[in-house]
Amino acid sequence: MPTAASADPDPAATATPGTRPPSAAQGQSGQDAVRIEGLHKSFGTLEVLKGVSLTAKQGDVVAIIGGSGSGKSTMLRCINFLETPSAGKIVIDGEEIEMRADGSPANRRQIERIRTRLAMVFQSFNLWTHRTLLENVIEVPIHVLKVPRAEAIAQARTLLQRVGLANKEDSFPAFLSGGQQQRAAIARALAVDPSVMLFDEPTSALDPELVGEVLTVIRDLAAEGRTMLLVTHEMRFAREVADHVVYLYQGQIEEQGPPAEVFGNPKSDRLRQFLQSVS
Amino acid sequence: MELILETLGLTETAALLSLSSPGWGANLLRGLANSLQIALGAFGMGLVIGLFGAYGKLYGGPILRDLLAIYTTVIRAVPELVLILILYYVGTDLINKLAQFMGYGRVEISGVVAGIWVLGIVQGAYATEILRGAIQAVPPGQIEAARAYGMPALLTLRRVTIPALMAFATPGLANLWLIATKDTALLAVVGFNELTLETKQAASSTRSYFTFFLAAGGLYLMVTLCSGVVFARIEKWARRGQPSLRQGGL
Repeated sequence: MPTAASADPDPAATATPGTRPPSAAQGQSGQDAVRIEGLHKSFGTLEVLKGVSLTAKQGDVVAIIGGSGSGKSTMLRCINFLETPSAGKIVIDGEEIEMRADGSPANRRQIERIRTRLAMVFQSFNLWTHRTLLENVIEVPIHVLKVPRAEAIAQARTLLQRVGLANKEDSFPAFLSGGQQQRAAIARALAVDPSVMLFDEPTSALDPELVGEVLTVIRDLAAEGRTMLLVTHEMRFAREVADHVVYLYQGQIEEQGPPAEVFGNPKSDRLRQFLQSVS
Repeated sequence: MELILETLGLTETAALLSLSSPGWGANLLRGLANSLQIALGAFGMGLVIGLFGAYGKLYGGPILRDLLAIYTTVIRAVPELVLILILYYVGTDLINKLAQFMGYGRVEISGVVAGIWVLGIVQGAYATEILRGAIQAVPPGQIEAARAYGMPALLTLRRVTIPALMAFATPGLANLWLIATKDTALLAVVGFNELTLETKQAASSTRSYFTFFLAAGGLYLMVTLCSGVVFARIEKWARRGQPSLRQGGL
């Protein structure tokens, strides 16, 4: 959590374009960053989410765990409308996303604007392969947020340095390891100074020896008070960094609470079984 | 120079191909310029049609998809020569009828414009398929990342999809461009003064068929060779960031 005592300014936040209100890192604690109410999602006849409600306050780190097919990734992707929810309500920073009766977004502009406040880190990195790391990081600030080029480049260099890729800014993603690509993807996410970061299994596509370097970066972000929703299979990591853990089972929240409770004293049998199977 | 031509017995040939009258060289070059103009125009028009066509086929509604399927099937089924005759005569006829109906007199249709339209429509059908394949080859995650960061559709197209699909589309488009340069020769049948018709006129006036058609063949070859250099550069640029297949250490 950020406190008034933190003397040295956070490099990411100071390099932030002045046009956007300071968020995340300095955000007031206690305000809802993300609120999901009664979220449903069906693919054809298959109901993947059956009414999920979840709230993340500013500065919260919410870990979402669950078996494969439990709907955790789908839930994350519904928040920024990469998947169109079938029903429910999504509120980002107090702004409710306008939805039609069938769940499709009613206002494309609004979605695009809200998406710039959410930053997603994908399982398979999804860096733009025809652009260098620096170009990947400055792309959205320059072309979507209209940050002046020089400013965007300076900020991108700071961010790349922060994730330990200062000397790789001219490399193309295909020539880097998975861990390096994912760290670059995190730098790309930080470049929009998001209110909320969405991590969709950020280490699942990595070789085991590369997982640590990515988790270190995420841990630092959590410590600095970034609001994040983290879908993960790394239970030990979730227990360590999360303020709140949500266990999804077949499209519903089976159990949730502080990590010590959820991991240390699971109430539901399914969660107990799940934790046994993954540890 | 004179001596070399003399010993090779090519004095007469040089005179025929000379750029100044009574040589026909200038006519051939003018024909080549016309051909290139049409090829460029038709290729550009084909790309635009192709991009819309590919998007329509991939993301359009059922009616649009059916219409595009008819377009690409018909255009690719009918021989280009026949298409050119149909589109040229039907097209000019329709425009004239329309002009008369609206109270204008007969309209003189420029050969270049007509040629670009006719070949552009043909090229568009092939470009649609090339670009459709290339769009599908772009990793969906890259487009998804663009959406997730709030890029509107057109910006995504310009900044992500088109640069990414270039790597897959360039070889096919290079083919299409070469076909365009040679399809201009078919416009000779509708009396347009491109390279082939100019060559034919020069040849039949002087009865030196071999000389002139060989020269024309040489010019077409030059176009191809230069295009090859240009497209190699484009492809190298389009494939930046992708490891070379040869680095496998075979």
